Amino acid sequence: MNTPILQMQGVGKRFPGVVALDNVSLQVQPGEIVALIGENGAGKSTLMKILAGVYQPDSGQISIDGNAVRIASVNDAIKYGIGFIHQELNVLDNLDVAANVYLGREPKQGGPLQLIDRATLHRNTQQYLDQLGLQFSPETALSRLSLAEQQMVEIAKTLSLNARIVIMDEPTSSLTLKETDRLLQVVRDLREKGVSIVYISHRLSEITSIADRVVVLRDGRNAGELARAEISHDRMVSLMVGRDLQRFYLPAATPTAPGYVQVKNLRTQRYPGKSVSFDIGQGEILGFAGLVGAGRSEVAQALFGVEPAHEGAVSIGDEAPFLPRNAQGAIQRGIYLVPEDRRKTGLLLDWPIRENISLPALKRYATAGLFQLVNRSREQEIAESEKESLGIKTPSVLTRAGNLSGGNQQKVVLAKWLSLEPKLIILDEPTRGIDVGAKAEIYRLMRNLADKGVAVMMISSDMEEVLNVSDRIAVMCEGALTGYLSREEATEESIMQLAVAQATDHVQAVA
Amino acid sequence: MKKEIGVFVLLVSLCIVVSILNPRFLSPTNLHNMALLIGMYGIFSIGLGLVIITGGIDLSVGSMFALQGVLLAMMLSARVSWPVAVLAILALGLGLGLLHGVLITRVKLQPFVVTLCGLLFYRGAARFISNDETKGFGEASGFEGLKNFMTGDILGVPTSFLLLLVVSAAMALLLHRSVYGRYLYAIGRNADTARYSGINTQRVEAGAYILSGGLAALAGILIAFYTNSISPSSHGNFYELYGIAAAVLGGCSLRGGEGSILGILLGTALLQVLQNLVNLLGIPSSLNFAVMGAVILLGVLADQLLKNRPAKVSTT
Repeated sequence: MNTPILQMQGVGKRFPGVVALDNVSLQVQPGEIVALIGENGAGKSTLMKILAGVYQPDSGQISIDGNAVRIASVNDAIKYGIGFIHQELNVLDNLDVAANVYLGREPKQGGPLQLIDRATLHRNTQQYLDQLGLQFSPETALSRLSLAEQQMVEIAKTLSLNARIVIMDEPTSSLTLKETDRLLQVVRDLREKGVSIVYISHRLSEITSIADRVVVLRDGRNAGELARAEISHDRMVSLMVGRDLQRFYLPAATPTAPGYVQVKNLRTQRYPGKSVSFDIGQGEILGFAGLVGAGRSEVAQALFGVEPAHEGAVSIGDEAPFLPRNAQGAIQRGIYLVPEDRRKTGLLLDWPIRENISLPALKRYATAGLFQLVNRSREQEIAESEKESLGIKTPSVLTRAGNLSGGNQQKVVLAKWLSLEPKLIILDEPTRGIDVGAKAEIYRLMRNLADKGVAVMMISSDMEEVLNVSDRIAVMCEGALTGYLSREEATEESIMQLAVAQATDHVQAVA
Repeated sequence: MKKEIGVFVLLVSLCIVVSILNPRFLSPTNLHNMALLIGMYGIFSIGLGLVIITGGIDLSVGSMFALQGVLLAMMLSARVSWPVAVLAILALGLGLGLLHGVLITRVKLQPFVVTLCGLLFYRGAARFISNDETKGFGEASGFEGLKNFMTGDILGVPTSFLLLLVVSAAMALLLHRSVYGRYLYAIGRNADTARYSGINTQRVEAGAYILSGGLAALAGILIAFYTNSISPSSHGNFYELYGIAAAVLGGCSLRGGEGSILGILLGTALLQVLQNLVNLLGIPSSLNFAVMGAVILLGVLADQLLKNRPAKVSTT
């Protein structure tokens, strides 16, 4: 066997409270396409951030061409010929193609003014565009290119940096079928030119069609490898799943009134071509599983009215169906959202806990009259009682919300809604970034809410959570609801099959 | 409260220094005159402060004064009854504020751009309507009472100052005690969290511009009667900047979410004392703006340095 171009051995990385990577190894040969797969949170991103010089590993060794190296910064990564194509494009759409490709490395004319040598700039850029078979000129404004074309510009930039290892993180997640096909062809062409590719994707059919080898991560460890001949959809799924799932377990409950919340034909802005219908019983926790980007958060935001849906209706109990147009409308009907990013949309971090909790409810207990004065004693009372009943650990309700731990912050966000008697409460990734002890408390709170007759919708990318907390599980894939599973039927494997199902049909139809 | 105390200390020390250097500072005439000016400037500075707390800005105030002054003088000299004229000016202020609010919150234009256009447009309109001629109130026949009220005293205190006290009390109640005030701060601090908490952010934010427009109209009437002759090309020039300076000096952050009525009042008073100081200490009046600019810069510098110091200690 040749000397691998990249070898990572025994790489470990821990963050406060979590072991992100434990003794992980990855080897890439020159001109090889290695697919790196795993569930959400399996450690793929952390591993790649170590390659990019963003994180430093706590243990382990990285070698390039057989020489041990230390990648201390993004510049080091570039120096060693490692290039990245991220899921989120990293381009400046106010500049043209050539300016993007050579940003920070513009050829200069010399002289005191250091003007950009436009002729050289365009000539050099053209060379990479030709190499990738791209039809647009170096002077095209980025804003006039499609997402797929902008991504090609990023690939051109990577090539111009003499990258020999290109890491692609979910490169096809926002591409159309035709564009995906095109990208896969470019990836194959790069391999022919001797470039090595680390290809991260949830779309298993893409991997089946291009990967020379598959490396699977699970829970921050190597879970197995498949050689070209062994690659199959089922084998990949079975390697990805199989985690230890016994840590938290809430027994499944039966809803007291099935079909209490009815969502019909909801078409979100992100997936206007798909519509979603489902129901949640009173007293039920409906888990929403799926891969990142499956459209679950969009459904939540549409139901809460902050990103109104194009079409659809929700009805609760005997009430007439309606479509929330803004959060006020949703709140009036008793629909509340505990958002995914609690720091940006859930809390005012600089504000005390008390004022955060009272914000949505202020009007309900304000004085009548011209000025609607805040009832401060009531505000204090409610904050104290929520602190007590949710077990928010803080010396005082006047503590800044930003000073609390993640778990306690999440409880403050929950507390905002609990005094308002929710009918449907939607929790989007309720335990992300929260330590183990606080997680269990959040689960208990969700269970208590359900037992009090609230319909609970829990979006989670944590399989363990979905399997052990939900009474029933809905699985989404690419904007569509691909199936329901009862607690008894649900296994990691059955969920994963539904979560990747459509992506598979997708590319097979093209290939 | 820390910022307000800082400005208060600065204000008091400045007053002491000036009164030592020139005892005329404490003369009844001088104090009376300063109170009158603080009253006029304070009223519209509070409006600007509300807008700044939402994270916005209103640059159109000075030009509004010209437009309002010209229209008021023309209406009154055309024998429009004074209550109608005054109500029309107030309605105009509220209406222009509503227009700004709608353009900013519904059409999503930037506050700076919208109110900059206002600054240009209202000035031009004032000059065109008046034929670029200075307008005045003459003998004030038919509205002597109004003029005397606006420019006069009640129990020896200038009306403008008393009006400022009323406005401040109402606005302090609104900003610091009411639900609406809480919403203004929430939007200025983090508009997304406010929206996700069910606040109608568009309406609340537009409300700040409407209040700013209304308070500018009230101040505009006072200023028009105070100057008594309104030259459309210069009347109210730079006043929006005095208001912004007062709000910022008083602790409002241009990033939004911070500030208080007391702070804005202290900021306004500080600016007027500075103006007064230039006159009383025989500093060339051409240095007027330079003094003000330097003091504001020193104020915010001191604030920034004091704010950064504890943070540095904790990281080491």
